[in-house]
Amino acid sequence: MLNYDIVVIGGGPAGMAAALKAKECGVDSILILERAETLGGILEQCIHTGFGLQYFGEELSGPEYADRFIQQVFRQKIEYKTDTMALQVTEDNKVYAVNKTDGLLEIQAKAVILAMGCRERPRGALNIAGTRASGVMSAGTAQKYVNIDGYMPGKKVVILGSGDIGLIMARRMTLEGAKVECVCELMPYSSGLTRNIVQCLDDFNIPLYLSTTVIDIKGKDRVTGVTIASVDENRRPIPGTERDIECDTLLLSVGLIPENELTKNVGISLDRVTSGAIVDEYRETDHKGVFACGNVLHVHDLVDFVTQESQIAGEGAAKYVLGQKAEAEYITTKGVGAVRYIVPQKVNIKNEGDVKLFFRVGSSFKNATVKVSYNGQEIISRKRPRLAPGEMENVLIKNDMLKSFSKDGVIEITVEA
Amino acid sequence: MNYDVAVVGAGVVGSLIARELSRYNIKVALLEKCNDMAMGTSKANSAIVHAGFDAKPGTLKAKLNVEGTALMPELCKTLSVPFKPVGSLVVAFSDEEMETVKELLERGVANGVPGLEIYDQAKLREVEPAISDEAKGALWAPSAGIVCPYELTIAAAENAVVNGTEFIRNFAVEAIDYDGNEFTIKSADSSIKAKTVINAAGVYCDEIAALIGDNSIHTVPRKGEYMLCDKSIGGLAKHTIFQCPSKMGKGILVTPTVDGNLLIGPSALDIEDKDDVSTTAGTLAQVLETAKKSVPVLTTREVITSFAGLRAHCDRDDFIIEKSEKNDKFINVAGIESPGLSSAPAIALYVKDIVLGIIDGEEKADFNPVREEPVRFRHMSNEERKALIAKNPAYGRIICRCETITEGEILDAIHAPAGARDVDGVKRRTRAGMGRCQGGFCGSKVVELLARELGVEINQITKFGGDSKILYERTK
Repeated sequence: MLNYDIVVIGGGPAGMAAALKAKECGVDSILILERAETLGGILEQCIHTGFGLQYFGEELSGPEYADRFIQQVFRQKIEYKTDTMALQVTEDNKVYAVNKTDGLLEIQAKAVILAMGCRERPRGALNIAGTRASGVMSAGTAQKYVNIDGYMPGKKVVILGSGDIGLIMARRMTLEGAKVECVCELMPYSSGLTRNIVQCLDDFNIPLYLSTTVIDIKGKDRVTGVTIASVDENRRPIPGTERDIECDTLLLSVGLIPENELTKNVGISLDRVTSGAIVDEYRETDHKGVFACGNVLHVHDLVDFVTQESQIAGEGAAKYVLGQKAEAEYITTKGVGAVRYIVPQKVNIKNEGDVKLFFRVGSSFKNATVKVSYNGQEIISRKRPRLAPGEMENVLIKNDMLKSFSKDGVIEITVEA
Repeated sequence: MNYDVAVVGAGVVGSLIARELSRYNIKVALLEKCNDMAMGTSKANSAIVHAGFDAKPGTLKAKLNVEGTALMPELCKTLSVPFKPVGSLVVAFSDEEMETVKELLERGVANGVPGLEIYDQAKLREVEPAISDEAKGALWAPSAGIVCPYELTIAAAENAVVNGTEFIRNFAVEAIDYDGNEFTIKSADSSIKAKTVINAAGVYCDEIAALIGDNSIHTVPRKGEYMLCDKSIGGLAKHTIFQCPSKMGKGILVTPTVDGNLLIGPSALDIEDKDDVSTTAGTLAQVLETAKKSVPVLTTREVITSFAGLRAHCDRDDFIIEKSEKNDKFINVAGIESPGLSSAPAIALYVKDIVLGIIDGEEKADFNPVREEPVRFRHMSNEERKALIAKNPAYGRIICRCETITEGEILDAIHAPAGARDVDGVKRRTRAGMGRCQGGFCGSKVVELLARELGVEINQITKFGGDSKILYERTK
């Protein structure tokens, strides 16, 4: 049995930032477990730029962004094991993991930081009709084939879903010589970043069809085409709008799901909207000493925010290990109307600092007002020129305001058009 | 090559026949047109071992169903195939249907089905809590069970190969000549000779029979579409829940699977294309609607995949297992629709007897009926895992994270007798790629392992043989 103060599950941007912060806060005994061959997580296959604008104030590629943290991990001599899969977290914060060299690892941790990231929604979850031909894959899988393995997964491509990975892959496949016929989006808006729609579709004359979905996949062995159709306001295909498109590949970018199997197995409560754990302002779950951050907690649009959030979790875990966590008196947070969710879901009013509440809206707004209320009374009102489902927002609750709240109070955030 | 017997079709029936014949000093070739066994009806069906009350007394279906179901538990144990004796319920939603249920009971008794009982509403509710309030009662059949049909097929074929059968994949039979003494069976690029032929070609039975001028078989592919739900609701049905049968089949069922998922289906539609296993949005929606009649809480939320399979329906409305009228050394095993899977162990014995009436066979002293259970890391205790990895570190590397499948298990699947040659073959043998992410993460790793172990470039690896390639040329 091994013993560590903090075990971090996942060596992507979330896990590394959390580990580094915990180290900075005075915890030395830290182990990162990473299932891939290297640290860095999914960033390693994101060779496009656009990372780091918020956090570093410069534009980096995914591997460059990851490398800044990997170098820090080396410099800080934080221990890590790659090619190592965590199998289980127990009631008493023991972690079971497995790899080829150590075999089965049994690690007793004081605190555990969950940073396993997310996975892509597969075809099955959409129930798209048609054949089972080869050539249907998630955009992220295609990204790995192209950027890591160096092979093309198709030549004539239709992309379903205008999430960022779908948009990025539309450009990437085009640059590698494939013809991207179109990107279809079920919703009347794209969930991707505006800059990605401009730089990945518009610049390459790739059409984006909103309120459109794929209703049939054709081809016996390899995909030979798909049928697309417009959908009504209930997202049901409209008869008569069907159109066949010849292609050999259908890439799916239809949403990301936090990968919370370990979380569920240890009995941690999950938020139905985020599909991640319910956490406090230090990203501690309702299981004592278990923290969560990054895309396993809720899906982020920018890695920069993942880093910031994970630093909060790292600090929280360090405080927990060092016995510095304040006694808890929680208020809860609640998204109302267009506000789909808020992270954190609860806040300790004994906390000595300011607390940022992150939230996401369910539809687009222009010149809207974000209103925060405490027990029904408005406490903050902020104008926003635009709000979009694809872009996470936040409001800051100052510490003096926090201090004025009392236990079991409720903070609500809403948006007024 | 010269064989005593050529079995055409490596579905569950063909594979079990080959295994049964491999007990004797008979040279058997198991011919399969696809890149793997269990590629037709055997991989996409309800995975049910029926009790045997559906078929008309006196038919082959009735006889072989009851016999096959009785053989199934022991056979699955010997071949290390998952089988669960969950029992089945035929649910009645009206007084009229209660009458049907009583008729089924009588028919079942005539067929020799053990343990049948009528449950009233209260008893039904007690044993199946998720059942609809509309359900009036049910026929309870304790001898019914669930099995993994492709695993049974793979295990049977593997065991046949271990006992001397030759498994020849990608051998699509195009012509069969008979010279008065033996058959020459030809594919596009090779041929073999055999003294007898067993036609176990599923939906293609009619076409294979026609190659020797036997036009007596008329197969209609009857398509059934299914939805598979996540393990999180696998416990919703405790037993296989049928609705009352109709002319087109046993209707829509809701059943647990041996892997702990929940299966809903099938629809029933007669089609023409024998390769058309596409699903359709309308039919799937209908399947769910009908299934909700039995279990109202079902939704699409938990569906992880959908698929379709073809039943080899014949117009004679019974299994056709007999020597062809054109050539008495050519045995048709046709029209093996439901309860074909349940009957398969008995069909194999039945066909074996016909074959031994044609050619002499002596039982081999060294026949090994047992197929060892493949390593299943996910089912092991931590102590067992430690010991396993110490012996072979490949079991310490997880490839499929959703189902916890190790590299070692995938290597075992590739190097098994008649092992996996493509991604779907690895999936059926190990469950890698069958979980929530449906191969999103592990798919590319499985491709790499297949390429490495088979010694080919990764763009040569296919999803399921033929032109189902996954990757094209290298990037710029």
